[in-house]
Amino acid sequence: MLLILVIAMALSAGILFPKDPLGLAGSPLIWPFRDARFPLGTDNSGRDIAAQIFHGARISLLIGLAAMTLAISIGVVLGALAGFYGGLADDVLMRITEAFQTLPNFLLLLMLVAVFGSTLTTVTIAIGLVSWQAPARLTRAEFLSLRTREFVQAGRTIGLGDATLIFREILPNALPPVIVYASVVMAVAILLESALAFLNLSDPNVASWGNLIGLGRGVLRSEWYVSAIPGVAILITVLAVSLVGQGLNDALNPRLRGR
Amino acid sequence: MRVLALAGRRLLSSIPTLLIILVGLFLLLQLAPGDTVDALVAQMGGGDQKMVEELRRFYGLDAPVAVQLGRYIWRLVQLDLGYSAIYGKPVVNVILERLPATLLLMGSALSFAFFAGIALGIIAARRVNKWPDTLISTLGLVFYATPSFWFGLMGIVVFAIRLAWLPSGGFETVGAGYTGLMRVLDIARYLVLPTLTLALIFLAIYLRIMRASMLEVLTLDFVRTARAKGVAEQAVIVRHVLRNALLPVVTLIGLQAGTMLGGSVVVESVFALPGLGRLAYESVVQRDLNTLLGIVFVSALLVISVNFMVDLIYARLDPRIS
Repeated sequence: MLLILVIAMALSAGILFPKDPLGLAGSPLIWPFRDARFPLGTDNSGRDIAAQIFHGARISLLIGLAAMTLAISIGVVLGALAGFYGGLADDVLMRITEAFQTLPNFLLLLMLVAVFGSTLTTVTIAIGLVSWQAPARLTRAEFLSLRTREFVQAGRTIGLGDATLIFREILPNALPPVIVYASVVMAVAILLESALAFLNLSDPNVASWGNLIGLGRGVLRSEWYVSAIPGVAILITVLAVSLVGQGLNDALNPRLRGR
Repeated sequence: MRVLALAGRRLLSSIPTLLIILVGLFLLLQLAPGDTVDALVAQMGGGDQKMVEELRRFYGLDAPVAVQLGRYIWRLVQLDLGYSAIYGKPVVNVILERLPATLLLMGSALSFAFFAGIALGIIAARRVNKWPDTLISTLGLVFYATPSFWFGLMGIVVFAIRLAWLPSGGFETVGAGYTGLMRVLDIARYLVLPTLTLALIFLAIYLRIMRASMLEVLTLDFVRTARAKGVAEQAVIVRHVLRNALLPVVTLIGLQAGTMLGGSVVVESVFALPGLGRLAYESVVQRDLNTLLGIVFVSALLVISVNFMVDLIYARLDPRIS
């Protein structure tokens, strides 16, 4: 339900607020509910907060989805290779995964952004690059337990190639827990982007919730609503994504229902 | 002592991991546009070509990448983290100055999240699907979804600006000259909000895992046996269930030590704490690559040592390991 609301916000952003959300709209720092033109007020430089929230929904969902897809793809491929072949491939891939896990992910993210710049694309890719470890471990564990099953042996007997075995036979069986975990990855991706934007290290040219919170920090003492409103938006979105994940989990693991 | 040997072996196996990290990061930073000298020159307001070249030679930046990498690793082996051009002193000193604040913050946040998470998880599991459980689980979900920096800002609005109970940022009262116990109390007052802010998301995770693992353990046979023997409910929970249910939570602490360090970057910059996280942020902005690499090295060491301790705790909790 909540997720539908956020998606609706993202979709209707262009219709409800056709103008550039970062364009000047009125006098700065109008409180919410004071002016009918700006239901959520305006920020330090007189930009419409409501418009920024709606357009921000787009950015957050976009970055969340894209980064999640990237992270899950990397994780699934590496995890599948490590779990399927075992031995040396497993050792090398798991060492690399461990290296990424030992490194604080936000520090790595800071570095990637510092090196490759902060446009929407680089930020998204950077977030994807720091979030694939857990899906990789999950996929590997599934593959380890599945690769000795009869259906895999049967596939091997009828002469299926490794690629077919991995992607057509084992992967569909290994996927459910990974799909559930994807919602966690997406939630974390949205939080990471907002934290980056808050630190002024994300793309400054898009209406991002984190940017707005960082901006509101300057007037926190008096006009705290500038920071408060986008924070609530982030909270609702992340909550929505995690609830969807929980729903998926319940649907895919009927045994755990009622907990 | 077999436990120590086991944990020691784990420690040894983290050396290649550390090496991968360092080489990877060094190569990554080579891709960065501009180096320390560029940043320095920009700070000085420009300089001529000859001086720039001289500076490059001084910091050893004119050598080929492979040579620089080799030099760097060799220095690390001697525990020399290099020299920070921006701060004008050895990186080790810069980091050591900032380390205590971060360690204090991480330690207090970790203990708060751990104990509060466990307590709430137990309460929720004991009253499963009744109102305390619903309340705690909902709170857990909301905490998990709250961006920490936003929670921190709102905490500042409520407790520092509106109620004026707590300071809004910094590490201690500057110039107050407190000593001994007064100083400890002073710092503690400054750390309340940052600790809560950093702990929030971990509290949510721990309570969720604790609740799930309590429920899991409660259904096991040995719990039924204990109850059948007539062991009091309190003793069943504390002596039989708790000890087993703690294992997944302890595992998580090790896995998330890195995440917590990353979180302190944001929290420290919200509360203007002079810690490692803010140093990392500053050195990214200032392109102080030596310092940045040093921080990464130190935080990787931190994560590895936390994992070492987790291994030891694990072995204490579960005598079958060793």
